[in-house]
Parts: sequence; C-alpha cells; structure tokens
Amino acid sequence: MSSVSMDAVFRALADPSRRKLLDRLHAHNGQTLGDLTAGLKMTRQAASKHLAILENANLISIHWQGREKLHFLNPVPIHQIADRWISKYERTRLDALADLKKSLEGENDER
Amino acid sequence: MSASKFVYVTYIKTTPEKLWEALTNPDFTRRYWAGTRLESTFKAGADWRLMIPDGRVGDTGNVLEVDRPRRLVLSWRNEFKPEIREEGFARCTFELEPMGEVVKLTIVHESDLAESRLIGAVSMGWPMILSSLKTMLETGQAFPGSGEWPKNM
Repeated sequence: MSSVSMDAVFRALADPSRRKLLDRLHAHNGQTLGDLTAGLKMTRQAASKHLAILENANLISIHWQGREKLHFLNPVPIHQIADRWISKYERTRLDALADLKKSLEGENDER
Repeated sequence: MSASKFVYVTYIKTTPEKLWEALTNPDFTRRYWAGTRLESTFKAGADWRLMIPDGRVGDTGNVLEVDRPRRLVLSWRNEFKPEIREEGFARCTFELEPMGEVVKLTIVHESDLAESRLIGAVSMGWPMILSSLKTMLETGQAFPGSGEWPKNM
C-alpha cells in the first residue's frame, strides 16, 4: 500500500464485521488472528480477509512478536478524516456531546 | 498479555530526511505536536526532553538507539503528572521506511507494565500528533490549532 486513499478507509469501515474486529482491538490491543476470532461467529478465513482489508486501509498495524503476528488498532486515518472536517476549536464541544450521547444511550449501537 | 503496547503507522509523502527533521527539530515539533519542543542532540546516550509551551517539562528520557534517518529509540518518562511519572520509563521506537514516493512511519510505544497509565495517556495523543505531522509535511501547513497545548492539561 502506498499513501492510503480515504476511499479505502471508508470502504473498510462500511462493514459491520470489520467494525466488530476494530472494536475487539479497541478493547484489547495487540491480538493474534486466533485471539480475535475466539468467540466470534466468523471463520478464520473470513476474519483473515477482513483483516487484510483493514490493514490495507491502514486501520490496523501489524507487529511481529517472535512468530506471533499481532494486530493493533491504528486510528491515525480516522484522525485524518476528523482533521479534514472538524476544526480543532470544535473538538472540545464535540467531545462533550459525544460523552453525553454515550452516557444517555449506554454502549454504542454496534455491540 | 503482560505488557502495554501501541503500534501506530502513517504513510507520508515526503523523504526520510525531511521526516527525520520534522521529528527531531523543536521548531518543527512545536508546529504539529501541541506546541511542544522536543529538545536533544539525538546522539546515542543523550538526554531528551519535551518542553510544554508554558515552560513545564512534559516528558524526558534518553536516546537508546539512533540510526539517522531510519530508526530512533527513546526511553520515555512522563514528568508533569506525578501519578504517571512514578511508573518510570517506557520505550518509544520510531521507524522510517521509504516506500516509493512515501515514507512509512511506525511508532511503537511500549511499557513492561501490564496496565501502563503512560501508554494509555500517549495513546490519546499519538494519532492526533501523527495526523497533524502528515498534514504539515504534505501541505506545508499544520492544521490550525495543532500547534497549541490543550487547555487544562
């Protein structure tokens, strides 16, 4: 992958299974494919394909620990999206609104 | 998993030399890194410190490894929050890898502690800092506000 296109990021995020994998990394960073699929109704093959799409969009980064391939959440492209449309001056207010929404609605709708 | 670790990657249209300069020159760091100046000679064994615009010292450590413009490893301790400072030193590795017209920048920030508060704290900062760094190098201008230290921090 060269410079990641924003299209690739949006396409990668458009799938609920891929968002689920990102949620799992957000909860527990640095997992193997086996860790990530444990307890999910996703086959290893399907997960592996989704992870490749996420990696290609630079939403996950890979780090080898010995022979273990660990997946890490990489939110940098999401910040690029935010930086494009959200001014830094709005961020504090938006964070406050997001916190309020979270506390009123409980967990996010995807889980 | 016993240790805490984050791995951040960004691809920037630039050269390794320019990226190295942006990471190690305080006049550049203050433009995208919340107004902070990263000060060091960047020789192996040298001290480094990250200065907050109001004069406080943000973080400090030593240069553990340096291979300009490819690899930089820093020991890293928070200085301005006592509850995080007491954790002692974590480690931060910067790797710059040219790939055609872009440079892949990988930052690995890790601690031997299981639930490191330092790693938790820097994990809020790095994605924002790297996003601003990319914008600065690719457009010549940092994002408005990315050169300012957050209020109440």
